[in-house]
Order: sequence, then C-alpha cells, then structure tokens
Amino acid sequence: MRISTLIFTFKQGVKNIFRNKVFSLASLATIAACTFLFGIFYALVVNVQYSVKEAQSGVAVTVFFDEGISDERIQEIGNLVKARPEVSEVKYVSAEEAWASFKVDYLGEYADGYEGDNPLEGSDNYEIYLNDVAKQSSLVAFLEATDGVREVNRSDATADILTNINTLISYISLVIIGILLAVSLFLISNTVAMGIAVRKEEIAIMKLIGAKDFVVRSPFVIEGILIGLFGAAVPLIAIYYLYVKVIIVAGQKFSALSDILKFMPVEELFRQLIPVALILGVGIGFLGSVFTVRKHLKV
Amino acid sequence: MDMITLENVSKSYQTGVAALSDVTLHIQKGEFVFIVGDSGSGKSTLIKLLLRELTPTSGRVIVNNYDLSKLRRRKIAKFRRNIGVVFQDFRLLKDRNVYENVAFAQRVIEVPTRQIRKNVPAMLSLVGLASKYKAKPKQLSGGEQQRVALARALVNNPPILLADEPTGNLDPRNSWEIMKLLEEINKRGTTVLVVTHNREIVNAMRKRVVTVKKGVIISDEEKGEYIDED
Repeated sequence: MRISTLIFTFKQGVKNIFRNKVFSLASLATIAACTFLFGIFYALVVNVQYSVKEAQSGVAVTVFFDEGISDERIQEIGNLVKARPEVSEVKYVSAEEAWASFKVDYLGEYADGYEGDNPLEGSDNYEIYLNDVAKQSSLVAFLEATDGVREVNRSDATADILTNINTLISYISLVIIGILLAVSLFLISNTVAMGIAVRKEEIAIMKLIGAKDFVVRSPFVIEGILIGLFGAAVPLIAIYYLYVKVIIVAGQKFSALSDILKFMPVEELFRQLIPVALILGVGIGFLGSVFTVRKHLKV
Repeated sequence: MDMITLENVSKSYQTGVAALSDVTLHIQKGEFVFIVGDSGSGKSTLIKLLLRELTPTSGRVIVNNYDLSKLRRRKIAKFRRNIGVVFQDFRLLKDRNVYENVAFAQRVIEVPTRQIRKNVPAMLSLVGLASKYKAKPKQLSGGEQQRVALARALVNNPPILLADEPTGNLDPRNSWEIMKLLEEINKRGTTVLVVTHNREIVNAMRKRVVTVKKGVIISDEEKGEYIDED
C-alpha cells in the first residue's frame, strides 16, 4: 500500500463527509448526542460508585475477644484476618483507646467522674475495613468460628444497601449504554449507505478501472470513523465544563450533603472518559461503516 | 496472437432469456473491430462478459491470456486494468475537473503521484484537451466530454479499448472526430472494440464488422459493412 494511496483514500473519506453534508451532520449530531448522554451517564455511574466506595471504606466490622485472652492469640487473630483478600485494613484498638474515643464522642466534660476508671475494660478490639462490603457476611462467619473471638459487631444494613445500589446502577448503565450504541450504529450505517447510493456511479467507474476492494471501500470506512471520532470528541468538551460547574454548584448549594456526595476529581474522571468515549466513537464508526460497506458494496 | 477469445460461449439469465448462444469469436492483438446489432441482440451481455461483470453459462472467455472462467474474485480488479472502457453517456465525475477525472483513473490503481503528473497532461494532449484541464465536465461539449472519457480509459495504458456506443450522444462532426481518435489509438497498438449503431461510420471506416442478432453472430467480415437485419 502506497502512502499516496492512503492519502488519496483518506481525502476521499473526508470529501465523502462534505459531499453528503446533511446526512453527515445529522449522523455527527446524533453520535454527539449519544456520546453526551453516555458521558453524563458514565460520570454519574462513576461518581455513584466513587461515593459508594468512599462510604464502603467507612464500614467496619468490630471484633471483641474472650476474657483473659493472651496478647499472642490477639496477634494471631490479627494475622489471620489480614491474610484474607477482602480485608483492606485491620486496626487494633486497645481498651484505653476505646475509652478515650468514647469519652470524646459521647461524654465530653461529664467524663471527669470516671477519673482513673475504664468502664470499657476488656473492650480491646480489631476494627476491620473491607475492600468489598458484599463479602462482609463471609468474613463475619469466619470470625465467629475463630477461637478467642467473643463477639462480632457488623453493619449488615449499610453493607446491603451499598451493594444493592452498586448492582442496580451497573445494570441500568449497561442497558442505557446498549441502547445508545445500537442507535449510533444504526445512524452511522444509514449515513454510509446514503454515501454509497450518492456515489454509485463513481464506485462503478472505480470498479471498471480496476481499483482494488480496499481502495473502493476504505473511503467509506474512513468517513464512518471520522464521524464517530468527531461525534465523540465534541461532547467531551461540553461534559468537561458541565462537570466542573456541577461540582462547584453542588459544593455551594448542597454543602450539608458533602459527607454523602463525593465527586471524583475532574482530571481523574476524564483520564477514564476520554479514551473510553473516543474508542467508543471510533469503534461505532468503524463497525457501522464496515457492516454497511459489506452489505451494500459488493466489489 | 489472440487478444480476445470466445469459445462456444452461451449466456442465459435466470429469467430463462438466452442472451448469447454458442458464440465463438477471435480478435487479434492490434485489431479494430466493430460489433453491431439491434437492441437486445446480446451486445451488452458480450461487453459484460469481457469485463468479467458476468460469467458465461457455458464456454470460455479469454482476454489477454486471462481465462475469465477461472479468474478468482480478488484477481478481477487487476484483470480489469487490461481494458479501458468508454460509454455513450461519458460517465465523468461532474464535481471534478478534466485533470482530476483523468488522474482519478490512475489514483484508484495506486499510480505514484509523480507519475500521474507526467501521464495526465500527456494523455490530455493526445485527445486535444491540454488547454481545458481545469474545466468541469458541464463546461465542455459532448465531443470534448467523450475525449475526456477516452483519456481516462487510456491513461493506464490498457492493451484493449472497449467503446460502448461512443458516438451515441454526439453530432456527426464530433462523432467523426472521436472515431479518428479511436483509429489513431489503434494505430499505436491498442486493440479497439467499438459497439455501435452508427451505420455511416461503420460503412465509411472499412474495418472488421461482427454482426450479432438474437445472441448469435450472423456475420463476421474484414472490411465489412453495416448489415440490415430486416
């Protein structure tokens, strides 16, 4: 393949877009709208998951030990727990630390009457943080069966809600993204089919002259890819400014919800979104045009 | 040496219509041949068989040593570079100028740009349109448009030129100019096949004339004349 042929077919692809302006524009606009919706939805899903993840990291299982347990056994239990894959962090809280924290959180100045006493004697424990709250039950079952463990406190409700939200959002996102993909493919395919119909005579001449399949077909595939690429790139700019604006407005107007509403930083979000959206746009353009060219352009 | 050979070629369509029946024809390298016949006589089918747009129901078609019944699909493009084609309706690209129309034929078969810049002006000079290289087809007369089509058909230097009713849309003066050009091209070594209804030209040029009627060759004469089929 000569470079001049590549340049020629690329130019033909670009010219196709302009020869077929109305359809190209309609197709580009729809791909842009689809990518915009995809981007919004992607940002939403990623942020909900981000918030859930943040919330998950605060969910802990607390393990109390049998009375008179040796320090060595506590250490052993700690090592066993740390070795489990679902565990992200294990924190040892001594009875003194537990009491100090309780005093600060609940008693304040009334704690003075307990001078010298520790009502939480024997309450030393492990706070265990999980990297996936869905695995809390199996961890609790393990802990309850472990020798030396007196009691396991857990937060089932929180874990279940967070897991369910995650699953629901994932399913909804899959369905919506699927619909958007199908619509985009259909539109690209229509535009390319229209281009083939408009250039029927030129294609016939190319075939008679002896152009190879690649030379006849590739301008249409390039047209599809370019529409997909630009259709995906344009809304990314809009989403960027919109996202930054939403973070600012949410920070100002809903500051009370700042513990729940955790926004992923815009740079981090776009590090994921830019390649995903561009690959998606190019992929839709490529597939839509290849299928159409194969169907309508028998070389 | 045969440039084109048809051996007992028959072609029937799925509708049951027999377009060609047991046709045998030999055309030598460098010949100038008129194919004449009424509408529906099988001329178009013959052209499509030579371009490998159709395959025969039976028999063999051999063009410049390519046996078309054995030709693989992916080899068709390369084979077609052996035949330059011009049509009655010129089939030029209306959105491109004369130069681009001729260069197009070279670009699609991947001729290097440097070579295209040499070949296209030379070909436009041959057909007498060097000064009009920037004109769009609609700015040209019918005769000039057919010259552009000829330049496009010849720029890749094919050994065979197939002209399907090349004077069908032209007045007598332009028709003669195109025929003179075809004769000139033939003198340079290209095998020329002209499918036509133009009795005056066929009779005046005194070339080989093959007459087809209802899918059968009814006459094949050196320095022949247009035969009235009635």
